[in-house]
Amino acid sequence: MGAPNELNLAALAKYSNDFLREVEANVEEGEWVKMCMQCGVCAGSCPFGPDWEHSPQKIFMMIRAGKRQEVLTSDSMWMCTSCYNCVVRCPRKLPITQIMHGLATYAHRLGLAPKMQPTYQWSLQFWDNCTRTGRVNELKLTLGLYFKEGFVAGVKKAWALRGIGFGLLRAKRLNPFELIRGHECKDKAGIHRMLKKAQEIEARRLKIPQFKTEG
Amino acid sequence: MPELVATEQTILVVGGGISGMTAALEAAECGKQVILVESSATLGGRTALLYRYFPKLCHPTCGLEINLRRIKASRNIRVYTLAEVTRIDGRSGDYTVSLKLTPRYVNASCTACGDCAKAVAATIPNPWNYGLDRITAAYLPHAMAYPQRFVIDPSIIGTPEADKAKAACRYGAVDLEMKEETLTLKAAAVIWATGWKPYDAAKIQPYGYGRFKNVITSVEFERLADPHGPTGGRIVRPSDGKEAKDVAFIQCAGSRDENHLRHCSRICCMASLKQTRFMREAFGEAAQSTIYYIDIRAIDRFEDFYKQVQADPHVRFIKSKVARIEEDRASADPVLHGVDTEGYLRYANRHDLAVLAIGMEPSVRGSAIPATLGEDSSGFLVPALDGAAIFGAGCATNALDVNRAVQSSTAAALRAIQVVNRSARAET
Ligand SMILES: Cc1cc2nc3c(=O)[nH]c(=O)nc-3n(C[C@H](O)[C@H](O)[C@H](O)COP(=O)(O)OP(=O)(O)OC[C@H]3O[C@@H](n4cnc5c(N)ncnc54)[C@H](O)[C@@H]3O)c2cc1C
Ligand code: SF4
Ligand code: SF4
Repeated sequence: MGAPNELNLAALAKYSNDFLREVEANVEEGEWVKMCMQCGVCAGSCPFGPDWEHSPQKIFMMIRAGKRQEVLTSDSMWMCTSCYNCVVRCPRKLPITQIMHGLATYAHRLGLAPKMQPTYQWSLQFWDNCTRTGRVNELKLTLGLYFKEGFVAGVKKAWALRGIGFGLLRAKRLNPFELIRGHECKDKAGIHRMLKKAQEIEARRLKIPQFKTEG
Repeated sequence: MPELVATEQTILVVGGGISGMTAALEAAECGKQVILVESSATLGGRTALLYRYFPKLCHPTCGLEINLRRIKASRNIRVYTLAEVTRIDGRSGDYTVSLKLTPRYVNASCTACGDCAKAVAATIPNPWNYGLDRITAAYLPHAMAYPQRFVIDPSIIGTPEADKAKAACRYGAVDLEMKEETLTLKAAAVIWATGWKPYDAAKIQPYGYGRFKNVITSVEFERLADPHGPTGGRIVRPSDGKEAKDVAFIQCAGSRDENHLRHCSRICCMASLKQTRFMREAFGEAAQSTIYYIDIRAIDRFEDFYKQVQADPHVRFIKSKVARIEEDRASADPVLHGVDTEGYLRYANRHDLAVLAIGMEPSVRGSAIPATLGEDSSGFLVPALDGAAIFGAGCATNALDVNRAVQSSTAAALRAIQVVNRSARAET
């Protein structure tokens, strides 16, 4: 886990027992959470429903019940595939998908996101990969994913998917030289400045001292 | 051309359901002249299409019959059926109203013997059974119909079928030369009581109404339970005609939903609770009802009714708004998917039949009325702000049960009577 995240400690002190208020103030679209009437349509509509820990319905109830730790460490927000099934069906028109991603972002910012959750790790890798050069390096991204669990596992996985790999090569969708240098944006430094500025604006909007990106 | 009967002291009532009938009677029995205008071929409205009504589970005949008798006995009420208001001009105490009268092709000589219907072979979907069966194109709407006079459906006019009907009538009541007419009359006040219609269930896409045969609406279920209905009172599945002993009732179908109707339709919880009793009446110990709900809204004294149904071991309550319905291909059973909020348990429940407790919407939106009147966000009438003497009554103003519709209509009648009294005083 590392050292306790200062933002997390600050938020705990500020909102003590009122997690709903904390969510309303800090999570994108968080002010909608109180509008949920616990009908269950989102939970029943989610194609991932049976596979995750907490459905949106349950997450919203947990927020209101002050289950801060359980919500912010839940794997559920990271399972959302943005299919928007719940959003189109919710009788109260809650922007559920946005709230789920908002919660994910907030959990990450506080350092509470489940570190071993695969989509969480993938998100970090993707962010790192695409912000480094301003372009996604698909080869590095995939290989990074394959070899995440060690060299042997990586080779095995690459071997299993070799058909797809060669197919992509033949169709010129995959360039092996990307491994060495990789293409990048013309103005890489400009991109980095832009991202930094965006983070500053975000930090100001959320009134937090500093937006930390891990990984 | 019908004679011009109305005066500046007349009250015009639009809509001949329980609300319009009540308002007309209250005003007439206070000595006022009333014109009652109904767009269909009979008075009674949707109350006549219920099998029995809560809370006492009486048959609609008992409520309607007495009102019809009062209407027949009153010399102050003139009823126009197959009539619609096309225009209202003027102001409180002095309105000019245009009526459009659609031909019935049967005149007052009809004795309701039914010979015309026996002669006609052509059929139409039966609107009085929500299209669940067909009737011949010469018909009496239903046993309680008022007036007790047959109708020749316009679809057969100009065909040999219509001629057969005419030839069959021994009383010369079939008149195929009838034409649409317009009528202008005066009125001091207008009571608008055009009632409600069921929300279009096919719009609730995840429930598959219209795609799955064994998904029906609560108004249709009401007709299935009724001995005068399409199945003679047998509660059976549309797909195969087998008895539906295991029925799921899905609450808030279209109501309390920003994607459909925003409001709570108020009566559908009670309607489903009532319909579980129809199940027990039909199947006794073999009946199984399951109510899927967000929360049960049995308002004020209906709570007792709810308690009774809760005590019935043959009724199960699942706190969940059903997310979607799937059809089992082989059996045509509806399979309901969702999550039970009590315990957050996922279910996939199979039933014989799924009944959507369908929401109520106004049959004529406030903004569509031929006079300037407001509407709320669901289209129900709101009181006029400009001092107009046009008053909403019954389900045209809100989702109401019969009892509340009658209360609201009595209130509207009182308001209209005051307008008439005021304008009468001003004239003398
Ligand atoms: C499934 C279900 C079950 C129900 N069961 C019960 C129950 O058990 N007990 C209970 O108390 N309530 C029950 N209700 C509610 C009940 O049906 C209503 O309270 C009642 O019908 C209201 O009467 P109304 O006269 O206001 O409207 P309506 O019955 O709709 O009558 C309106 C009349 O106006 C006419 N009309 C429409 N448009 C025009 C126009 N433009 N010009 C002229 N006329 C027009 C219509 O043809 C109709 O005759 C139930 C409702 C549903 C959906
Ligand atoms: S569908 Fe909407 S109202 Fe229903 S439980 Fe989910 S978020 Fe809440
Ligand atoms: S009365 Fe019951 S079923 Fe009808 S809309 Fe209200 S809560 Fe839903």
